[in-house]
Amino acid sequence: MSENLPEAHAASHGTDVATHGEPFADPGLPAHEPRRTDIDERAAKRAERQVSLLFVVSMLATVGFIASYASIDADKLVYIFPLGHVSALNFALGMTLGVALFCIGAGAVHWARTLMSDHELPAERHAIEADDDVRNDVIEQFRTGAAESGFGRRKMIRNTLIGSMALVPLSGVVLLRDLGPLPEQKLAHTNWDEATPAKPIKLVNMNTDQPMKPEDVVQGSLTFAKPEGLEESAEDFQQRIAKDALMIVRIAPADLKDAKSAELGFEGILAYSKICTHVGCPISLYEQQTHHALCPCHQSTFDLADGARVIFGPAGHPLPQLKITTDEQGYLVATGDFDEPVGPSYWERPR
Amino acid sequence: MSSASGTNNSASKPTSTRAKPANKAEATADWVDGRLGIYSLAKANLRKIFPDHWSFMLGEICLYSFIIIILTGVYLTLFFKPSMAEVVYHGSYLPLNGIKMSEAYASTMNISFEIRGGLLIRQIHHWAALVFVAAMLVHMMRVFFTGAFRKPREINWVFGFLLLVLGMFDGFFGYSLPDDLLSGTGIRFMEGAILAVPIVGTYIQMFLFGGEFPGTDIVPRFFTIHVLLIPGIMLGLLVAHLILVFYHKHTQWAGPGKTEKNVVGMPLMPVYMAKAGGFFFLVFGIIAAMSAIATINPIWAYGPYRPDQVSTDAQPDWYMGFSEGLIRIMPGWEISVWGGHTLNLGVMVPLAIFPAVLAAIAVYPFIESWVTGDKREHHILDRPRNAPVRTALGAAWISLYLILLVGGGNDLFATHLHLSINTITYTVRVGFFVVPVLTFIVTKRWCLGLQRRDKEKVLHGRESGIIKRLPHGEFVEVHTPLAQKDLHTLTAHEQPQPLELPAETDENGVARKAGVVTKARVKLSEGFYGEGNQIAKPTTEEYQEITSGHGHH
Repeated sequence: MSENLPEAHAASHGTDVATHGEPFADPGLPAHEPRRTDIDERAAKRAERQVSLLFVVSMLATVGFIASYASIDADKLVYIFPLGHVSALNFALGMTLGVALFCIGAGAVHWARTLMSDHELPAERHAIEADDDVRNDVIEQFRTGAAESGFGRRKMIRNTLIGSMALVPLSGVVLLRDLGPLPEQKLAHTNWDEATPAKPIKLVNMNTDQPMKPEDVVQGSLTFAKPEGLEESAEDFQQRIAKDALMIVRIAPADLKDAKSAELGFEGILAYSKICTHVGCPISLYEQQTHHALCPCHQSTFDLADGARVIFGPAGHPLPQLKITTDEQGYLVATGDFDEPVGPSYWERPR
Repeated sequence: MSSASGTNNSASKPTSTRAKPANKAEATADWVDGRLGIYSLAKANLRKIFPDHWSFMLGEICLYSFIIIILTGVYLTLFFKPSMAEVVYHGSYLPLNGIKMSEAYASTMNISFEIRGGLLIRQIHHWAALVFVAAMLVHMMRVFFTGAFRKPREINWVFGFLLLVLGMFDGFFGYSLPDDLLSGTGIRFMEGAILAVPIVGTYIQMFLFGGEFPGTDIVPRFFTIHVLLIPGIMLGLLVAHLILVFYHKHTQWAGPGKTEKNVVGMPLMPVYMAKAGGFFFLVFGIIAAMSAIATINPIWAYGPYRPDQVSTDAQPDWYMGFSEGLIRIMPGWEISVWGGHTLNLGVMVPLAIFPAVLAAIAVYPFIESWVTGDKREHHILDRPRNAPVRTALGAAWISLYLILLVGGGNDLFATHLHLSINTITYTVRVGFFVVPVLTFIVTKRWCLGLQRRDKEKVLHGRESGIIKRLPHGEFVEVHTPLAQKDLHTLTAHEQPQPLELPAETDENGVARKAGVVTKARVKLSEGFYGEGNQIAKPTTEEYQEITSGHGHH
């Protein structure tokens, strides 16, 4: 037992065994134990054949890859359990490439593990930091250089250099200015602001592309709408629909909890912005029993019967509502913009 | 000059003592050495010793998946058109025939359906990106829990950290490029987040998007950032990271013959060249096979992006899940400041916590060395149990990450486990504060328990499973004493002492008060190494007393 202790160990093995002031002596590197392949030439030969076989399989797989590329149509589907119907070409190329690469790796690792030397060797570490002589020498050289430059002595040069270096990156920042326009009031308005009481804009059903009459809006349904004149072929369609999209619901007037909201609507038909006020996802999930609308991105939930008040989730304010009425032909129209900016909140947004 | 031709040329040449090259390869090496000086370089490195442990290959997976990403990425740029110009699709995927979409989306469809092998390369690129970030996280955990970040490797920790952050963001940018419904929703989220930045938010938004959302600039801009800017920086950092690994030499586990002054293992040539080189092919092969069987990001199923459409379970890739969790669990606080200005705390606070958590990870090595006052070099790794506070902190971080991941996937948890989404969100809100603390406490106690077990093993040996009956009738289990190498390995770790407050008066009797900072540091150090935070190692005396026959039980 006692030979495990540092003093005894040092005595019996000479003094070169480090003790590090630890309770137990470091016995030093264990002796190398030969592997089967080190002592049995037949085992070594077998390992050699295994490695070569893996490399041969890799070659065959590469040939298979090229053959698949040349012979399988890109749109051919095959049924492979348990993946289901998959692209035959993708499967063949991926598997052959996978096997070709994997076998090279497996061969190399097997070779290293069975046939290359597994003698563990120690290597000395050297301190990262330089010794004192080198350090002092370098510092001295630097001091000489610094003194010769006069950097510390000529304060005016130093300070103006620092000033110029501090200012010159500003050119880079200024150059970024033309990346885009200034925000101005762009976020505060949508394209519905082209509507006036004299020139109202019709609400057009997003799916049917038809203007809507109040009787088209069924109680308990959710309809998506856009302004008349906004065609999908328009160049700026994406940009406009990102702000103009509407959610139309019809709620029994008795269920409406918010008087102002009811007034902005028409006979219980309410037009809310479809764009969530949290970070701008389109809201698409509606529960007709509770009149709750839920944004699928971050689960902000709005009570459409109560002025689209936020009842759950991370959104910070209600959905903006569009004032709607009907024109002389009985179509639903808007006569102005939303009562407040649509979409996510921002610094300049009035509150 | 003409006379010189008559003289013996070899006489005027400087005499070389260099041996004649034995073969063509040596001659070539000599030629290159004359130009590049490769022999001096190879002298230090050709037989460089690497220690062996399975966990050391995690970093290799990062490196190899990065190389795979670059290779496949170059291929994809040959076909991808980073443009938001509208086109009408007439490809071989019939469900989208005649639909308007951006060129970015159409060319991604083309890569997936028309170009032979394009789908495979796209999927290898995406899978490799996931493996890359996952491997970086796990590699970083390995470095953290073993204390491998300590002097002299703090700077390399920071390089690795930057690689992780850049990798995460480059993943986000790459995910956004196909301009499908899911990726467009991710960009919309980013736009909302930028708008929440006080004062300059709307300006950044306009400049980044070249106007209002979505405009026509964001995909080409992201493309440049994704393929040029970030990978360029990452490549530089990666090279620096590897140079430092070479320069510092690898860390190693404690064991017989291993000290702070040596590194024990096998040489680069041939063993590590074969193992590491082979491992690259293993990683590539596995990722290729994964891409053959597992579809990732089927953009054709989502459709092209439209700002007024969305699909359910809109979620980012998992590594961004913790920011998604933060944004989902935050209450929607919005306040008015300075008359008419809006501060969107509901988005701003999560976006501030996100970098704060990351920064805490980045500076951890500096905090630990400041608290413990440890300025020495460390090359022997800590077993996680022997650094209970560090291990518990790491576990608390991971638990925070996981709880936020649950928050980020609250809709999936709700639908798959039939739970109320509100309940999950409220639970995660509480869990955000409680779970890391509980994890810290449990992990620390667990580590201390394991330390006690080690001590027990050293002093009393290993349970052998053999029951012996003593002459007086008592049954005891025979314990096998440990071998010397195990005794050494189990007791090789250091047990630092906490810092102490300096004496209240100096040697001249003048009162010298410790500042607040010093006091805090002493307190923290006490928290690291003080009583109850480590189990004292067995001493020689304890061992002798037990093994001498007295008090043996």
